[in-house]
Formats: sequence, C-alpha cells, structure tokens
Amino acid sequence: MAQEIRTGNSIIQVSGLRKAYGSTLAVDDVSFEVQNGEIFGLIGPNGAGKTTTMECVEGLRTPDRGTVSVAGLDPRRDVYRLQERVGVQLQQAQLQKRIKVWEAVHLWASLYRTKTADGDRLVEQLGLVEKRNAWFMDLSGGQKQRLFIVLALINDPEVVFLDELTTGLDPQARRAIWELVRGIRERGKTVCLTTHLMEEAERLCDRVAIIEHGRIIDIGAPDALVRRHCPERTVVLSTDDLTAEKHLRAIPRFEAITNKDLRFTIRGSGDNFVTDVIHCLSENRIKVTDFRTVLPNLEDVFLKLTGHSIRD
Amino acid sequence: MLRGLWTLTWIEIKIFLREPLGAFGMIVVPVLVFVGLGRIFGRRIEFPSLAASGFLRVGVPVLASILITLSAVLSLVTIITIYREGGILKRLRATPLRPQTILTAQVLVKLLLTAVTLLLMVVAGKRYYPIGIHVPVFGFTVALLISTWSILSIGFLIASIVPTARFAQPIGAIILYPMIGLSGLFVAVESLPPKLQIVSRILPLTYAVSLLEGIWRGDSWFAHVGDIVALSVAFVVCTALSAKVFRWE
Repeated sequence: MAQEIRTGNSIIQVSGLRKAYGSTLAVDDVSFEVQNGEIFGLIGPNGAGKTTTMECVEGLRTPDRGTVSVAGLDPRRDVYRLQERVGVQLQQAQLQKRIKVWEAVHLWASLYRTKTADGDRLVEQLGLVEKRNAWFMDLSGGQKQRLFIVLALINDPEVVFLDELTTGLDPQARRAIWELVRGIRERGKTVCLTTHLMEEAERLCDRVAIIEHGRIIDIGAPDALVRRHCPERTVVLSTDDLTAEKHLRAIPRFEAITNKDLRFTIRGSGDNFVTDVIHCLSENRIKVTDFRTVLPNLEDVFLKLTGHSIRD
Repeated sequence: MLRGLWTLTWIEIKIFLREPLGAFGMIVVPVLVFVGLGRIFGRRIEFPSLAASGFLRVGVPVLASILITLSAVLSLVTIITIYREGGILKRLRATPLRPQTILTAQVLVKLLLTAVTLLLMVVAGKRYYPIGIHVPVFGFTVALLISTWSILSIGFLIASIVPTARFAQPIGAIILYPMIGLSGLFVAVESLPPKLQIVSRILPLTYAVSLLEGIWRGDSWFAHVGDIVALSVAFVVCTALSAKVFRWE
C-alpha cells in the first residue's frame, strides 16, 4: 500500500493524455501520477501505447490533448529545462557506430548546464571500464544498454526514464540491469520505465499501470493488483488417499478440482484458502507425497483484465 | 545556446575519419580528379589553345572544387539519414542539445573537411599540375567555403525527402550532379536554351561556379557580391524550408 503513504508527493502528473498518428489512436485519455522515489512501470504488450506515453512525458512528442507536468515543468514549454533534470534511455536507440565509449560519456557530460555526475565513476559502476576505448558498434547488447544507462544518469537527474530497458538481453544481463535500476532508486531518484515483461514489472516496480490499446486499465502495486483481480489460489498435491477428493470439496470457497492419476489440482479463492487446504489434509490424516501452491501473478492479472495473454 | 557544439563537432570529425570509405570519397577523390584531369589535358595539348588552356587554368580547378562541395553535401545527406534511421538524432534530442546545434556541428565538420581537401589539392597541384598556379588561395578557400555552406542547406532538404539511408547516396547524386551541367562550368549560361537558362539561374551551384571562377581568375570580391547574395538567399530559403519539413525520426 505504498501508494497511499506517498500520495501528495508526486513528481510526474499526467492527465487526459491523448495522441493519435493519423487515424490510429495510440494513447487515449491516459492519466497517472508517479511518486517521488518510486519505480513506476508502464506495462502492456507491444503497440499498447507505452512508448508514446513516455515520449510525451519526456517532451519528445507533442500530445494532441492532455496535460503533463514533470518536476513542476511542462514538457512542451520547458523542454530544455526539463532535459537538464531528467535522464532518458530510448527504446532501440543507437549512437554513432564509431564513437568510443569515453567520447560518448564526455560528450553527454558537456551538454548539461547543471552539475554532472562523475562520468568515470558511472562507467566503472556499470562495468564498462575495459570498454572505455571501444567503438559503440563493437559493444554487446548488454554493454550498449549499460552505456545508455550511464548517459541517462550523467546529469544526476531527478527522474530517469527507461524504455524497454532489457529487451533483447539474456537472462543474466537482465538480472544485472535490474540490480542497477534498484540502485538508481536507492540514490533517491524516481524511475519511470516501460516493459512488456511481466516478470520484470513484478520484480522491479513499486507500482505499475497496465496499458492496452492506448488506455490504462488499472494502476497499483503489483501484489495489490494480483489480490484485487486474481483472488483465486491453486494447490497442486499428490496423494494415494481416495477419500481426499470428497474432503477437499468441502473446503469453504472451494471452486474446482481436477484429478489426473491421483495428482489433484484444487482451485479456490481468498487468502485463507491455502491454510484451509492444509487444515483439511491434517484433520483427515490425508498423506500427501507432493504439495505446492500456484500463486497468480501479473501475467494472470493481465489475462483477466484483457481476456488474452500479453504474449498474443 | 551552443553548449556542446565544439565537443560534438570534434567527436564528429574523429568519427568521420574512422570511416575509411567516407574519408576516401570526400578527400581523396576530388584531389585525384584534379591531378588526373590536369595531367591528361596537359599532355594531350602540346600548345594549349586559348580555350583549352582556359579550361585547364580555371575549369579544372573549379570543377574539382565543386566536386569537393558536392561530395561534402552527399556525405552530409548520408550521415543525417543514417543518424535518423538509427535513432541517433532522436537520442541527441533527448538532451538539452538544441536541434540547430546538432545540425551546425555537421556543417562545421563538412566545412573543415572541405578546407582540408582544398589544401591537399593545392599542394598536389603545386607538384603535379602542368600549368603554374598563381591564385589567391586564401580568397579561393573563402569562396569555396561560402559555396559549400550555401549548398549544404540543400543537403538538409534532400535529407528530409530521402526515405531510407540506403537511398541517400543515389538520390542525392541524382539531384546534385546534374546541376554541374547547368552551372555554366562547361557551357556558358548565356548559350543555354532559354528555359534551361531559367533553371540555371535558380540553381545555387551556378552562382558558386561564377564566384569560384572569378576569384580563381583574380577578380575582386566586389564583382561577385551578386553571387554571394544569391548563395546567401539560397541558404536562407533552404534552411527555412528544411526547418519546416525536416524529420528527426
């Protein structure tokens, strides 16, 4: 319930945002707030309008309608003052093929009026010291993303925007990047990111907004969203006891059971359901050889809210 | 307002020199054309006729200089389209950098490389060119830089209409090189058919050729104020147009 505590301390306010490309409505009446010091995620499938929303907030795109305020600035009117105070990592951005890592860092550091972060230290923290003299085109995908994080942090920004940060990275590189993003929050900065990876959103974000077809469907902490939309709990257990099914059906808020070669999958709802199953098993002295619970996650929330999987 | 301009310009120069083909096309080719044409014509004509010697004295150096300018413009178009396609322009804009700073840096790089190429040409000419060169090198350099500066603005216009980086070079060449034919370099503008004369009068390259020929021959700058005004007007018009149609992504 972090959001309630932090209310009134928001650094980004978006209200009634709308943006169309020709006849395609990319963003339709989107409103949300990002609290100071949190990691906020815009999540949804590709083409849902996440990037367009973010680019309107960053001042890179002009919305057709709606108001945006970032750290008290209007991204349309004060775009240069805003750029001084935010850091941006763009989806699928490139640098000049033959620019060296240190040159890019040096160039970016020269662009800001405000005090800049220590570029050498950032390069070191992001593990790019050995690549200082490498050309951009010779970096691996993970190294490029880390360089983009260095560039996004070079002006010691108050808000960092990260668009599809880990797309195309292997799981190991992805985990390393997640650690870095948590590190950004530890330094007291606000992070606003987009992702179509539910696992990423769940592990990284304090709060998320689920976007589909340019609209926000719901906003909240990942576990709060799961509780709100997916109260069902699933227990999978194996037992030789043939009376088990009868007893399990009697549990309050029981919904369904399937039996496949004495491997039972029991569905029910409510936070107490798992406890009730355990109670039932011990009361009736049912011996189980395997027992596990399957908890719903954001992926299930998305399925519930949109009627289709995020991968479709 | 121009924060970051010098750093960006310096880095862009280094990046350009790291691309072997780009440096070759822009710097080496015009020098080779200059030296090559000079030797071919110089050998064939034992006692150069007045016209041939005129072309040799003025035409070839101006042609080579125009080639420097056009390859600078082509290189600009190519780089801008590659930067746009790769999202580099967009990434640079997500900083306090002003758009005009990004483009000014590119222009500065091209002007500097134009000057360097011209210098190489003069040095090469001293050794290999058959007819002794006694020209106001400094004045000619200034004239070439004014011409390049003006015609680079056409480059921004071309970069706005080129759909993908792959087509930048051919489309740019198709637009730019035919201008040489109408520029008065080979055929005097006055002897062109009337309709082509009008076209010729619209093309900034015509004024560039007139300016370069004049300064090379030793004319005074006053005689070419009209050319400079025309080139400046072309720059203002093309810059204003491209500010309207330029696409950053």
